[in-house]
Amino acid sequence: MTASDREHRSASEERSVNPPQQRISLTVNGERVTRHVEPRRHLIDFLRLDLGLTGSHAGCEHGVCGACTVRVDGEIVRGCLVLAASLDGADVVTIEGLSDSGEVADLQANFVARNAAQCGFCTPGMIMTAADILAHAEEAGGGTPSRAEIREHLSGNYCRCTGYQAIVDAVEDTLKARHLAADSDLRAVPALQSSEASR
Amino acid sequence: MKWPAMGYARAASLPDLWSVLAQHGSAAQIIAGGQTLLATLAFRLSEPGTLVDITRIPELRGISVSSGVLRIGALTRHAELGRDALVARHAPLLTAAVPLIAHPAIRNRGTIGGSLAYADPAAELPACIVALDAVVVTASAAGERRIPARDFFTDLLQTALNPGEIIAAVEIPLAERRSAIQEVARRSGDYAMAGLAAALRIEGGRVVAPRLVYFGVGTGPVLAARASAALEGRALDAASIAAAQAALGEDLDPPQDLHGPPEMKRHLARVLTGRVLNGFLNPSEIAA
Ligand SMILES: Cc1cc2nc3c(=O)[nH]c(=O)nc-3n(C[C@H](O)[C@H](O)[C@H](O)COP(=O)(O)OP(=O)(O)OC[C@H]3O[C@@H](n4cnc5c(N)ncnc54)[C@H](O)[C@@H]3O)c2cc1C
Ligand code: FES
Ligand code: FES
Repeated sequence: MTASDREHRSASEERSVNPPQQRISLTVNGERVTRHVEPRRHLIDFLRLDLGLTGSHAGCEHGVCGACTVRVDGEIVRGCLVLAASLDGADVVTIEGLSDSGEVADLQANFVARNAAQCGFCTPGMIMTAADILAHAEEAGGGTPSRAEIREHLSGNYCRCTGYQAIVDAVEDTLKARHLAADSDLRAVPALQSSEASR
Repeated sequence: MKWPAMGYARAASLPDLWSVLAQHGSAAQIIAGGQTLLATLAFRLSEPGTLVDITRIPELRGISVSSGVLRIGALTRHAELGRDALVARHAPLLTAAVPLIAHPAIRNRGTIGGSLAYADPAAELPACIVALDAVVVTASAAGERRIPARDFFTDLLQTALNPGEIIAAVEIPLAERRSAIQEVARRSGDYAMAGLAAALRIEGGRVVAPRLVYFGVGTGPVLAARASAALEGRALDAASIAAAQAALGEDLDPPQDLHGPPEMKRHLARVLTGRVLNGFLNPSEIAA
């Protein structure tokens, strides 16, 4: 069932609850969604229970494990520490949306190649956070973050299976491959190549 | 655990906030980034009647420089603080503190106002603003107050804020100073077992107005008066650094906590003192 299929529950059913529900209208993975939510609903339960998007996981539900990592307005957040009621007008991207967009296809392939997922519980949160490393590395325009920097950025995401080594390998492989690709793109464009050489 | 049932209201401006707070009385609790408050709700450490969301109040946003101070709005998120050019220029101590706070996803939501109001004794930002001799600007229906940072943190998780009063901004005096922050934590992103935020000036080869502020070793940020006095007016060298380390014993009265006994914390504080002060020296001057 997609988000919009679930759009219309009866308004009276939703509003009869006390304390009063909040009406929120937001974008989830590019789709417009309007719902009434209880203030006690966190973003992860909203995604999983109200929208049927079960890729985001609720682990500790108090901010320490990172299994709930999603993007809100372009930045990664702990979904378990965000009130769904506060998200009127927000733009939310979950692992489902990120996956479908193709933005991290290479990262996901490297997770498979490196065996960076075992039970898979942490994996959606890891991919969301690793995608943040990739995005920031591109913004910073160049240099590949070191393994220590990758570990630092992933330090808020717990994995109880892999021992992290394979995850860091997968992220590092992806960064290096993108860096190489960006370099050869530059070489393929004569104008850019000359401005590069003049530096 | 799931959060308790509660109400939610969002204030659009400061006048709106005063009327929402008046309407809900003591059942109201302010929420900013939610990165501490929502975690405590999951532990059912508090059960507010209504959360009052201040994150869309424009008066509490923004970073600016005017009349000799750097003003940082209460809603400034840790991540924004860490990448702001004015902060990097005028209060690099705060820029240096940001990577030590929690993890990227938490830094994208948590605010400076929330961190100061919560007043965790192991938090970085309270210690930094005491070291920078900042002023906390508060707002309430009764008007504005300006409270020196050193008087703002009154006890464990306690501040000088009155009921119905919020932090609006922090103001940091512009000054040429050297500053640094270091901490010891078991894992990257954890609250510190012990930390030190330090600021001082060096004029004519002498230390002027040193402020050594320790965190994770008391009920709030601890401005170490004796250790600071041991540096004042002296050249910064191996002897004065050792004097500061020796004086520190009387400044600190660390409680026993999960990390270890008071003597361990005193030891860590002395080690951090050496690291931070040696960091202000040229490589050739560093004491062993
Ligand atoms: C896993 C984890 C690790 C963390 N590690 C660290 C760390 O290493 N160092 C560190 O410093 N912090 C750490 N934090 C806490 C984080 O920095 C919080 O962002 C910060 O302490 C609170 O800011 P907030 O905006 O989220 O406040 P909220 O959670 O919204 O509020 C916290 C308290 O402050 C009050 N409040 C908020 N804003 C105002 C205001 N403007 N005026 C008056 N009262 C206000 C609220 O009513 C509440 O009582 C960590 C948090 C988590 C979940
Ligand atoms: S479920 Fe959100 S951090 Fe663990
Ligand atoms: S793969 Fe099992 S928790 Fe990471």
